[in-house]
Amino acid sequence: MDLYEHQARQLFEEHGIPVPRAEVADSPQQARGIARRLGGRAVVKAQVKTGGRGKAGGVRFAADPAAAELTARQILGMDIKGHRVRTVLLAEPVDIAEEFYVSYVLDRTAGGFLAIASAQGGMEIEEVAATRPQAVARIPVDRAEGVTSAKAGEIASAAGLPPQTVDVLVRLWQVLVREDALLVEVNPLVRTAQGRILALDGKVTVDDNARFRQARWGARDEEHQDPLEAAAAERGLTYVRLDGQVGVIGNGAGLVMSTLDVVAGCGARPANFLDIGGGASAQVMADGLSVILSDPAVKSVLVNVFGGITACDAVAEGIVAAVDTVRLTKPLVVRLDGNNAARGRAILGERAHPLVEQATTMDGAARRAAELAHTV
Amino acid sequence: MAIHLTKESKVLVQGMTGGQGMRHTRRMLAAGTNVVGGVNPRKAGQTVDFDGRAVPVFGSVADGIRSTGADVTVVFVPPAFAKAAVTEAADARIPLAVVITEGIPVHDTVAFTAYARRNGTRIIGPNCPGLITPGQSNAGIIPADIAKPGPIGLVSKSGTLTYQLMYELRDTGFSTCVGIGGDPVVGTSHIDCLAAFQDDPDTELVVLIGEIGGDAEERAAAYIHDHVTKPVVGYIAGFTAPEGRTMGHAGAIVSGSSGTARAKQEALEAAGVRVGRTPTETARLVLDALGAG
Repeated sequence: MDLYEHQARQLFEEHGIPVPRAEVADSPQQARGIARRLGGRAVVKAQVKTGGRGKAGGVRFAADPAAAELTARQILGMDIKGHRVRTVLLAEPVDIAEEFYVSYVLDRTAGGFLAIASAQGGMEIEEVAATRPQAVARIPVDRAEGVTSAKAGEIASAAGLPPQTVDVLVRLWQVLVREDALLVEVNPLVRTAQGRILALDGKVTVDDNARFRQARWGARDEEHQDPLEAAAAERGLTYVRLDGQVGVIGNGAGLVMSTLDVVAGCGARPANFLDIGGGASAQVMADGLSVILSDPAVKSVLVNVFGGITACDAVAEGIVAAVDTVRLTKPLVVRLDGNNAARGRAILGERAHPLVEQATTMDGAARRAAELAHTV
Repeated sequence: MAIHLTKESKVLVQGMTGGQGMRHTRRMLAAGTNVVGGVNPRKAGQTVDFDGRAVPVFGSVADGIRSTGADVTVVFVPPAFAKAAVTEAADARIPLAVVITEGIPVHDTVAFTAYARRNGTRIIGPNCPGLITPGQSNAGIIPADIAKPGPIGLVSKSGTLTYQLMYELRDTGFSTCVGIGGDPVVGTSHIDCLAAFQDDPDTELVVLIGEIGGDAEERAAAYIHDHVTKPVVGYIAGFTAPEGRTMGHAGAIVSGSSGTARAKQEALEAAGVRVGRTPTETARLVLDALGAG
């Protein structure tokens, strides 16, 4: 889960990384009060979990508290790449002399962590990395040894950063480890005209798997803008809404992704990704189906299950339960193979709902569901 | 022969006395796996009866190895205890640890895979279905009755796609199928398995299943180009999947444009790998390559 900038800033502050004074507002009036406390002038920054907010007009300077109120009014409620702005961060303005880039990130290839640092930080860091890779230092960090002052010195000197950044590099590593983060990034890390080092903006991605020992970020990401995604999340289902007409349910992320591809290959577009997971019960199947059937864009539904641990008879019972509770108005194509497939097929056969048909292969099922989506 | 797992393998189960452990130990035994013991410090000295077969419980992996000569452990313990369990197995220098557990924090996986490597323990997983050598042994949760023994080696990130391809090719059969797991960090890569299949006389052809994210398939393609002389058939899932959560600047800097299904397919095809558009077409390409189509 990505954290908001203000949450990242709070973590930096707690771990002793210098940050500008700043407070969060969710109303224009509150923004005015904060600007007054900051001494009048403030940078008003949209809090959204996406990049490019500066270019979208989500970061603006306000010269006094009245301007801060007006600016906050304009930014709150804005839509930035599909993300609604619900809060703004007001930060004291800083005279920037130099901008640096520092981060620690999971390196999947190496199975470890990597320090990335550059003396040419700021908004154009990706372009710097692409066009002048020698300006970006990449140094593997042994997780067991961590980032000591000596290691931080090595990173700073490789990237051409001033010695005052060593302390920030050590503390940033502590944020990564103590918060179970997969990414901690400061961009820009600045040297001010007065010679101070400050983390002006930051990004932190925490590991969802670590929730059991990192309770502070809440049980779930609250960023579900889509009501169907929210409904699915409430039922503990892995659901992503797409823009097509064929609803898709399957078991296992790989098989569901593959099913979307096969549907697309049949000339239709999938309406969603929904993985009921391993060993799913009839209840989980019924829940998944009712989420998909409540999507008005869905014209037909494809259920593709290969039972490993998942028992196909339980899947079939879930389908029967769902079609008996929700009034089924859309055709359903079901392909069941693997664990207890014969029993599952028999259960569906006995129920003999006119809108439910079975297919013997994955490709055949996808073709039929695509056809039905076009004809309905 | 097969890779990493044969009928000679002696298998311990960490977490055998839990619900998942009990259920899958029973299935592994039914598939012919030589399960020599479970590990649970609180139940050391007891035995667990599986349909008439008494399996002893040891207090530690080291005790289990001393008493039985075990060379494989399958880990079913919950995420919070997985790091300790794998560390214990690596301390006992067991050659292979198959980590089924889903939901292990990445920091723990980074720590225990590095530790295991230093101790000479191979990790398969985590968050994987394990591996099966049909007709010989099954270490994990792959259904044993899908396919018979045969000449195909299979390596995959995805459990259910493994089952789907095994089912499509059930009459031809498999030397070994390895589910390496879908987590960002895993102990055994596609490349490790390709190298083992290349050296395995029982394997004539390798099926490589990948999905979006990371660059494991691109690196596998480069490895195939340089080192694999056996035919390889590929399948990549995720062409229509939505763009996943981005890792922002740092992620983009590390992985560049790689990670898309298209990039992976192109890399594999450039290395001479035939890539199927669907699991069924992939199976057909395999049969063609084996001359049985």
